[in-house]
Amino acid sequence: MLDIIAPFFERLYETTGLNFSPFYDPYDWNRLLRGMWVSVELIIAIIALSLVIGVIGAGAQTSRIRAVRWLVAAYIEIFRNTPPIVQLLFFYFGLGAITPQVDMGGWYEPMIGSFGWAVIAIGIFGGSYNVEIFRSGVEAVPGTTVEAAEALGFTNFQIFVYVTLPLAFRFCLPALTNNIISLAKTSSLAYVIAVPEITYSLSGIWSDSVNVPEMMVLLFVYYIVLVAIIARLMSSLERRLALPGYGQ
Amino acid sequence: MITADNWTPDQPIVALHDVHKSFGENEVLKGIDLEVMKGEVICIIGPSGSGKSTLIRTINGLTPVTRGSVKVEGQEVHDPDLDKLALRRKVGIVFQQYNLFPHKTVLQNVMMAPVLVLRENKDEVRERARSLLAKVQLNGKEEAYPAELSGGQQQRVAIARSLCMRPDVMLFDEVTAALDPETVKEVLVAIKQLAGEGMTCVLVTHEMGFAREISDRVYFTDAGRIVESGPPAQIFETPKDPRTQEFLSKVL
Repeated sequence: MLDIIAPFFERLYETTGLNFSPFYDPYDWNRLLRGMWVSVELIIAIIALSLVIGVIGAGAQTSRIRAVRWLVAAYIEIFRNTPPIVQLLFFYFGLGAITPQVDMGGWYEPMIGSFGWAVIAIGIFGGSYNVEIFRSGVEAVPGTTVEAAEALGFTNFQIFVYVTLPLAFRFCLPALTNNIISLAKTSSLAYVIAVPEITYSLSGIWSDSVNVPEMMVLLFVYYIVLVAIIARLMSSLERRLALPGYGQ
Repeated sequence: MITADNWTPDQPIVALHDVHKSFGENEVLKGIDLEVMKGEVICIIGPSGSGKSTLIRTINGLTPVTRGSVKVEGQEVHDPDLDKLALRRKVGIVFQQYNLFPHKTVLQNVMMAPVLVLRENKDEVRERARSLLAKVQLNGKEEAYPAELSGGQQQRVAIARSLCMRPDVMLFDEVTAALDPETVKEVLVAIKQLAGEGMTCVLVTHEMGFAREISDRVYFTDAGRIVESGPPAQIFETPKDPRTQEFLSKVL
């Protein structure tokens, strides 16, 4: 692939001075690919964690135990009302400093690396929004539908899993799409704790080659394409889950 | 005293004694006594707000009572230690708004409870669900989603869904009140067929002609009390209480 495009970008650089080094220099090319790959991994992990937190949190919010409800409320207040970058620094430098080190046979590595902390911090941040998003979906499920399940002998857990959750998920899908897209973009904050995702990789390249504007363009294009793909996936999910005839 | 252990089928399958229910300050049921024998069809009629729906919902424990006793097959419904699952296996209910699961097909709606709650074999349940749907004239609609059906069709799915649990008693809470006049009949036909097969039915209804035709006994309620009860001919032709007379003169 690089062989095909390299001559063009080399010539572009020579004639115009526009230096897209990853498109002709194998070393930068690998940095770009690796950055993209780590970025995608990071985004998938963050979204997955935030969804799990969202479902569990929304379930816990309906708990009969007051302390559990209170805990969920406190979690939302803390993580929704503080900037994600502060949370990231808090997790990485605050908690990271006191987590145990693992003996790797002669040298020590932290149990959770920068990638792990980025997933935890941004996942928890996104989860706090997802709890509220799922809650809005749960509240939109008609009480009478839940009552019908109750009358058929479903346990509370079965009602949540088979009736409330599938309906709530459909009702909150548009809001969830917004948050997932926002999280994909927030993943670039992992840059500040040196996770080698795309923003970090490209900043390495522009420090070496002093081609900031070109790499910025690349970064923009990357995120635009990525978000477009996510939006596509979510809207096809929405179509697939649509309830035939419902609300018409 | 009758309990779940010494109950026999010749005793009332449903027995309410001195049932009171308040929502805050508002007392909706003010001492209800009602007995239903196995195979009987009972209609509860009366003006809106007289507590009919609340009354029927106490029978399967959807509405907890404030005072009094509700027994199904001798089992106290409002006993805090009651196995609610066992009760709900015995008592099916059909609601005014059908309340089907909109994300499941018709067949899945009917199959869900026996498979999940009773843990019955899926193939057997499917067989039974199909024959119940055929019985309520819904063959060919198995794969449709609830929102693609008319109100009358949805209500018949709801009836099949309840029946698939093989209940001993069926409760019908104003099941035709939300339907178009043309579709009311198809639902009533399904209920009538069921009653004809010996199912114990308790209905809250505004369909006076139907109540008169189908019931063994009719209860007339007003302001949280049972004003009078008896065979339909007696209630509809020679009502004793002036409140019953007034109500019937308005609706008939």
